[in-house]
Amino acid sequence: MATEIKVPALGESVTEATVAQWFKQPGDAVSVDEPLVELETDKVTVEVPAPASGVLSEISVKVGETVAIGAILGAIGEGAGKVSAKPAAKKEEPKAAAPKPAAAPAPKPAPAAKAAAAEGLAPSVRRIAEENALDTSKIEGTGKDGRITKGDALEAAAKPAAAPAAPVQVRVATPADQSAREERVRMTRLRKTIATRLKEAQNTAAMLTTFNEVDMTAIMALRNQYKDVFEKKHGVRLGFMGFFVKACIAALKEIPAVNAEIDGDDLIYKNYYNIGVAVGTDRGLVVPVVREAQELSFADIEKTINEYGKRARDGHLKLEELQGGTFTISNGGVYGSLMSTPILNAPQSGVLGMHKIQERPVAIGGKVEIRPMMYLALSYDHRIVDGKEAVTFLVRVKEALEDPQRLLLDL
Amino acid sequence: MADTFDLVVIGAGPGGYECAIKAAQLGLKVACVEKRDALGGTCLNVGCIPSKALLHASELFAEAQHAFPGMGIDVGTPKIDVKKLIAFKDEAVDGNTKGIEFLFKKNKIEWVKGEGVIKAPGKVQVGDRLLETKNIVIATGSDVARLPGIEIDEKTVVSSTGALMLDKVPGRLLVVGGGVIGLELGSVWGRLGAKVTVVEFLNDILPGMDGEVVKNFTRILKKQGFEFKLGSKVTKIDKAKTGLKVSVETATGGETQVLEADVVLVAIGRVAYTGGLGLDNVGVKTDKRGRVEVDQHFKTNVDGIYAIGDVIAGPMLAHKAMEEGVALAEQLAGHWGHVNYDVIPGVVYTAPEVASVGKTEEQLKADGVEYNAGKFPFTANGRAKANKTTDGFVKILADKTTDRILGVHIIGANAGEMIQEAVVAMEFSGSSEDIARMCFAHPTLSEAVKEAALAVTGSPIHM
Repeated sequence: MATEIKVPALGESVTEATVAQWFKQPGDAVSVDEPLVELETDKVTVEVPAPASGVLSEISVKVGETVAIGAILGAIGEGAGKVSAKPAAKKEEPKAAAPKPAAAPAPKPAPAAKAAAAEGLAPSVRRIAEENALDTSKIEGTGKDGRITKGDALEAAAKPAAAPAAPVQVRVATPADQSAREERVRMTRLRKTIATRLKEAQNTAAMLTTFNEVDMTAIMALRNQYKDVFEKKHGVRLGFMGFFVKACIAALKEIPAVNAEIDGDDLIYKNYYNIGVAVGTDRGLVVPVVREAQELSFADIEKTINEYGKRARDGHLKLEELQGGTFTISNGGVYGSLMSTPILNAPQSGVLGMHKIQERPVAIGGKVEIRPMMYLALSYDHRIVDGKEAVTFLVRVKEALEDPQRLLLDL
Repeated sequence: MADTFDLVVIGAGPGGYECAIKAAQLGLKVACVEKRDALGGTCLNVGCIPSKALLHASELFAEAQHAFPGMGIDVGTPKIDVKKLIAFKDEAVDGNTKGIEFLFKKNKIEWVKGEGVIKAPGKVQVGDRLLETKNIVIATGSDVARLPGIEIDEKTVVSSTGALMLDKVPGRLLVVGGGVIGLELGSVWGRLGAKVTVVEFLNDILPGMDGEVVKNFTRILKKQGFEFKLGSKVTKIDKAKTGLKVSVETATGGETQVLEADVVLVAIGRVAYTGGLGLDNVGVKTDKRGRVEVDQHFKTNVDGIYAIGDVIAGPMLAHKAMEEGVALAEQLAGHWGHVNYDVIPGVVYTAPEVASVGKTEEQLKADGVEYNAGKFPFTANGRAKANKTTDGFVKILADKTTDRILGVHIIGANAGEMIQEAVVAMEFSGSSEDIARMCFAHPTLSEAVKEAALAVTGSPIHM
């Protein structure tokens, strides 16, 4: 059934109008509210929107003809019709996703250099850079005096970061009989950001992973001995994280490169230890930071991490709690991972991967013993950390965990 | 009186005087040859400046007649004293030309009065004085284009020069030529009481301007009382006791109509002027339209001789000549000088004004460039509504892929001032989004530019 397109009321004392321009031709597809025709009166020029979706089946009045209010301009029929070029049609505003800052993984804190680079950038460039996590200092500007134009930014956003020669894989369209068995879901903004950050980390650092293993017997024995007293005094369970954090700090103090950061041509060595502890949530991985961990006791560390874990799962972490980390610990063991290669949390230079504690036969003093073993992995940025340093770091961590008294004696 | 210079500029119009002043500021010893009794060329004496004075006065007259009563301002029936009006105009001209004289003195540029003749490279004769110079700049500008067979007496058949000093408001004014000058001067006398008819050879007024702008503006002028005879030409003008009888024929050579007028204004364009320069003495080449041929550094085919402004090819605009004059002076002084021809604005100083910069939709289509267009009418602008200047719109054309602004076209009050921000944005390769994200003062007419920018890829807020 066709829907009539009528001349709307155009204002007081306006009785007629002239057809100025048709935006669509018979046979074109139209959506409801899309502008179809422009009418001119003495006072105003008005666009008449489509009263329904369908196909423009008929144009009753030609350009230049006069129509009265309420007269019929044309009709819209049912069907798909063809889509033609729309000269003045308004495009929909892209839906702005509202990201929860709490759920974002540790974004780069803006160093002074970045803030300076934002000056002199056109507003559109700033938006595109923010939305696509672009490093504007790396975009080539073709505008006046080498400024970055919107076109430059759009191009940079379309390319993979620090684009190597790898061509973009164009996905082969799913054959029709399979498409019903697939579900296409738009990426959330959080996932997009995570994806970009991960790729950036991978493309920037010379990332390698070195492995070692830890005999957890000593720690487990220590825990068993003191767990009740600990909990009674401190009000929090004695877990493993306190030991791992302290072991890492001891090793970081000995191998400062693993706690450092590359900034342009400089290396920034940090004399404080903000240890990020990765927490899995159903929205994705977040890494809240235990600040100044070198000052914290076992109990403090356990409390902080527990608190973070709870708030992370509720989505209540604050942005500043995710920023400023100098080193990260990630525990894949809770999910059952035996060994893995963690990815760096840019701009940090090292990340420790903890794994599942599994009883294994190991050779000790020429005999086979069953011990609770954990594989440790250290992924590191080889641009700043030597192989020797990385291996030594991991050895120190292993030593501290296998003999916790070393932590007491600062060995 | 010295006779040796670094630079002799022939012509003290906007191109010539800017070139001379800039060169002097950069340390060159400059002389400027001008035969008129005043500096400033066509622009200051019989062009831009006097016409703007008359446009302003006639606009205020129209306001007093039509807008004042509605605002509660009672000034009785406004009358026009043409003698005083012309004196007002002369004052504006005088003030400006004296200003250039002052600038010449300040920059120690010698004004050599008389007609300059190039005798040889580096030698310009003015009267009985021979000026020796390293470089010569030809800035002799342009003159009124004539209609074949029609004599301009500057009394009843006038060029723009005569139209700027009529001694009374013509009852019927026939304007030959629907370009900028014809429409501006037609507006002046139309507002003061003349019945204006414009005869234009092509099918549209303002040839070369964006089609949608031309269509809208034609309608606006018609509402103001203009009558148009498009696609028509004037073949004959006979003088009779009751006035002038103008024979108008359709351009395709069809029927002839005879229209009556008290004054006919011939405004069909301008032509490069090199009369009496002695170009043949030195072999400087000109094209078939009489324009001096130059390369991209304004150099003619003769070493040491340059040319700028209306006398060479390009839009015949005072500001184009000024840009060229300055760029050439910079080059001659050993610096970098440049004119960006892609971003030269054009303004029609009628009411409402029409202003544009960059490409029209027709040009983009012809070039096969894909673009988005954003349009915003002044009827939706708060300031325009308050001032009751709601005629017109802003249209921004931007590249479909990069969103770079390719053209901006405005009909509206203050369009000539508003177009400048488009020029700024385009010089910086700005995008429509850049303008849409800037802060515009409220309430201003300029906000329409921001809303048009929003309309390019999204939606304006106030519509």
